[in-house]
Amino acid sequence: MSADSGPSKPLCNGTSTIEMCNGYCSKPHMPWFGMDIGGTLAKLVYFEPTDVTPDEEELEVETLRTIRRYLTSNVAYGSDGVRDVHLEMKNVKLAGRVGTLHFIRFPTASMKSFIELAKEKKLATLADTICATGGGAYKFEEDFNKEVELALHKLDELQMLIQGINFIDDTYPSECFYWAHPDDEEQCKKVPFDFSDPYPYLVVNIGSGVSIIAVKSQGDYARVSGTSLGGGTFLGLCCLLTGCNTFEEAIEMAAQGDSKKVDKLVKDIYGGDYDKFNLPGHVVASSFGHMMCEDHRKTVCKEDLARSTLVTITNNIGSIARMTALNHGINKVVFVGNFLRVNPIAMKLLAYAMEYWSKGQLKALFLEHEVCTLDNTKYNAVLRTHAT
Amino acid sequence: MGRSTDVNGKIIKATGGGAHKYKQLINEKLGVEISKEDEIQCLIKGCNFLLKNIPDEAFIYEKHSNPPYKFQSPSNQPLFPYLLVNIGSGVSMMKVISDTEVERIGGTSLGGGSFWGLGSLLTKAKGFDELLELAEKGDHRLVDMLVKDIYGGSYDLIGLPGDIIASSFGKAARSASDTSSAPVEYKEEDIARSLLISISNDIGQIACLSARLHKLKNIYFGGFFTRCRPITLYTITFAINYWSKGEIQALFLRHEGYLGAIGAFLKSAEETTDADKYSWGEHFAGSTGLQSPVALNFSKDSKVDLLELDRLERPVCYCPVLRSDAVYVPDTWDLTRDAEAREYWLNCFKEAVDKFAERAVLSQPNKADAAELAEQFKQKYIQRLQDLGEQPFAFGSLTVRTLLDTREQFLKEFEFPDPYLQQKRNDNKEALELFPSYLKNLDSKNWEQQQHDLVEGILAGNVFDWGAKEVTMLMDAQTLTFEDARSRLRPHPWLYDDYEAWLVRLRGSPHNCAVIFVDNSGFDIILGVFPFVRELLRRGTKVILAANSKPVLNDVTYRELVILADLVAASCEIITAALRNRRLLIVESGQGSPCLDLSRIDCGLVDAMVEHKVDLVVLVGMGRAVHTNLYAKFGCEVLKIAVLKNRWLANRLGGDMFSVIFKYEKYDASEEAAKFF
Repeated sequence: MSADSGPSKPLCNGTSTIEMCNGYCSKPHMPWFGMDIGGTLAKLVYFEPTDVTPDEEELEVETLRTIRRYLTSNVAYGSDGVRDVHLEMKNVKLAGRVGTLHFIRFPTASMKSFIELAKEKKLATLADTICATGGGAYKFEEDFNKEVELALHKLDELQMLIQGINFIDDTYPSECFYWAHPDDEEQCKKVPFDFSDPYPYLVVNIGSGVSIIAVKSQGDYARVSGTSLGGGTFLGLCCLLTGCNTFEEAIEMAAQGDSKKVDKLVKDIYGGDYDKFNLPGHVVASSFGHMMCEDHRKTVCKEDLARSTLVTITNNIGSIARMTALNHGINKVVFVGNFLRVNPIAMKLLAYAMEYWSKGQLKALFLEHEVCTLDNTKYNAVLRTHAT
Repeated sequence: MGRSTDVNGKIIKATGGGAHKYKQLINEKLGVEISKEDEIQCLIKGCNFLLKNIPDEAFIYEKHSNPPYKFQSPSNQPLFPYLLVNIGSGVSMMKVISDTEVERIGGTSLGGGSFWGLGSLLTKAKGFDELLELAEKGDHRLVDMLVKDIYGGSYDLIGLPGDIIASSFGKAARSASDTSSAPVEYKEEDIARSLLISISNDIGQIACLSARLHKLKNIYFGGFFTRCRPITLYTITFAINYWSKGEIQALFLRHEGYLGAIGAFLKSAEETTDADKYSWGEHFAGSTGLQSPVALNFSKDSKVDLLELDRLERPVCYCPVLRSDAVYVPDTWDLTRDAEAREYWLNCFKEAVDKFAERAVLSQPNKADAAELAEQFKQKYIQRLQDLGEQPFAFGSLTVRTLLDTREQFLKEFEFPDPYLQQKRNDNKEALELFPSYLKNLDSKNWEQQQHDLVEGILAGNVFDWGAKEVTMLMDAQTLTFEDARSRLRPHPWLYDDYEAWLVRLRGSPHNCAVIFVDNSGFDIILGVFPFVRELLRRGTKVILAANSKPVLNDVTYRELVILADLVAASCEIITAALRNRRLLIVESGQGSPCLDLSRIDCGLVDAMVEHKVDLVVLVGMGRAVHTNLYAKFGCEVLKIAVLKNRWLANRLGGDMFSVIFKYEKYDASEEAAKFF
């Protein structure tokens, strides 16, 4: 793709993208940033060009060099910013440049510190606009304007998400996979899924809350459902129940716990399967149901509570996703979002629940990069930044 | 489920998981056998039973309407199919296809047990009710992350309002940076509220998805979760309206927690009797209302809800001549909606209670503790009136009818089955003595005068009403004669005056059959109704007289009317002949109220109405033609006749004391596509 042809294929196919590109399609100045400011986490993508010629190096202003070195030589920023080194995408071609995409995340609660940092590093001398999506793009717009003297180019979250999924699949074949035998610890494995003919499909984006988007074709999509019981609920409840401090900690605890001590299963109530309605004994009848009883509360540990919280939230999302898919006549459901980061338990649960309750009619799909954290929106945000 | 049970004392039908678990214990401690019944079948049976039998059982909740509760009674509209969402520890969703067919179509593990279990872990509340109380005091916005917390306002692009919860408990999610400062302490109230709202919302959403998948329009909620608390009702209703865009209706049940128990009870009732053949009514004297559990002695901190049912001696059915294209609501005024009327009537009934207690004592001269029981009746009724002032919705819609019926049920509860028995006898005797000369006088007039006298006779007779306070003062003084009553009537034009239209109708062809819902004993029935009946018979119209099945005030009962008809016939050949030829039928109405609920009348009466092709309905008295049915629409001609004996009510209708209601409504077949017989 030539330097002047604008963004890569999937981006320019949507009409809105073309409109937005108008007037911006000349080669943009470095640096290329994109942000997705969610309810819990803010995600920053930085494109580091690796095809920098010595001439360019020479021309690169001092501030930019400082920022580039600061971002690429550290894995932690301030007290709680983290660069996900393992996610780096190397040799990415973007608008005629080749480079590496870096992924940096920090809690949205630390947004003020980030703004301070941006001010200190004089980000405004390099660009006057930064592309951003997510709720925070709206919430923190004024702070960016005033403090950093940067305008936020706000991009629609859903559009970014959908385009991101298309982009990844185009750029990285075999990005998409499903879990075979998700209920069997030994046989369970990832199997690539051919996502080249994806429509229609459902996207379940699990961030702090959950958005469910039906995608009928490229450019034809709508938010059809969602639930407030999402990743934020899992972490919030875990913090209250166990005193844990981070998502990673919560997931770690959950991995050690046993939810059967906390939840009431069908067999706890009926002594076995409830045959009449085809309810197997191992199905959860009442999440946290055992906790009604004081004696039971004494027998559980924090790990069990964390596990039950994870199972409850995950199954609930699966249930709503499954029925939404049925209501829209869709049989492919792509789960994305930060909740699935370092969270194979949740993925396998989703995979199992979708298959079991739909009797194999529905497929739970995941994205390789997503698994590792990637919020697709970030791709787009960065891709769009280069265009402004 | 106290009275009128034929349950075999040795076997108790039980359902639910615990039926299995505690079978042994109950058997050992109580010596009672437990017979385990299928849970879902019991639930469905109980739910169908309540929806078909108990007036105002189901309701919808609209927080911002006045009143927020809208009750639904058993009607002629199809009930099936519907979605029953039973919220117990977990949640089951069932598609109910018929009385016996049911299909479990889904469920969720996030239910009442999750609220209770998580609530117990996160707060110090002991038990479900304390948790609900906490939740009612809390503010979930301090724990939940709202759309506006993320966006700084509403997310207009996808139409998410700012107040929508984006992430339940999202604010409680800590991040590593928080460790520097002390963790935020969240208030138990706020946590409990967030928990209640997130679970209610989730249930509403999943119920809505299930209903959509199976194309069901009505969702009934059972189980012991909502406890009819406004916050829960509102959240579930909101979720369903939000996700269905108003296409699916959320309905709640006043006795939501007892569906399974009622179903199990009915199963055993079926074994000893043929329960399906009976109809049931709620017994207000024993039942507790919405949010009003009473403390019982067996445990100091457990509260108990009561549902007491009366099994009616005969089944009741829907009146066949109500307009099928209009929704029938018996009551003219909804006192939950009309605060001024509510205040007036609650006070009016309170002021009248002394007189009723007095009358009750007099009716039991041989009963030593009559005075004591009457006092208990009085205190209980006054307390109920006070409770209703605070919680008007407690027993469904609050109407003059329910206030009257409640008083009657309380009187019976304290062993005063028929306080006006002696009064009725005296009045009948007095009126019967006048009957022959009255007819003679009538016959001496010309046709037109006769017709007017007949209508005026019904009106004058209707003045003699022991339920009307201002009239009872006159009657107590024993100064009111039939002619006095007649002279007190307001002259033409009456408040509703369709007399001319009626006269024109009388010049036309006779009606085929008239059904008359009669009111008081004495002058009313004997000098008012019977001469009118005689005239109808003379014209060639068959007549069905429908009288109350059970005594109330001085209303004539079915049994009394059968005897009275014979006594009247002794002075009237036309009536004698009509009784013999079955051109005059005396039938019981199935009612025990001074008012008339035409959706629940005796099935025998309905059969007679159908068989004889009723084409004229006559409603007599304030209770039957004003407090109820004033605006009811019929599929045939109807006369609504009453004298207003309550100044406040008369003023409200734009009239005065002794204003006359004489509504004659024709039936225009072209208005209604459906034919009746």
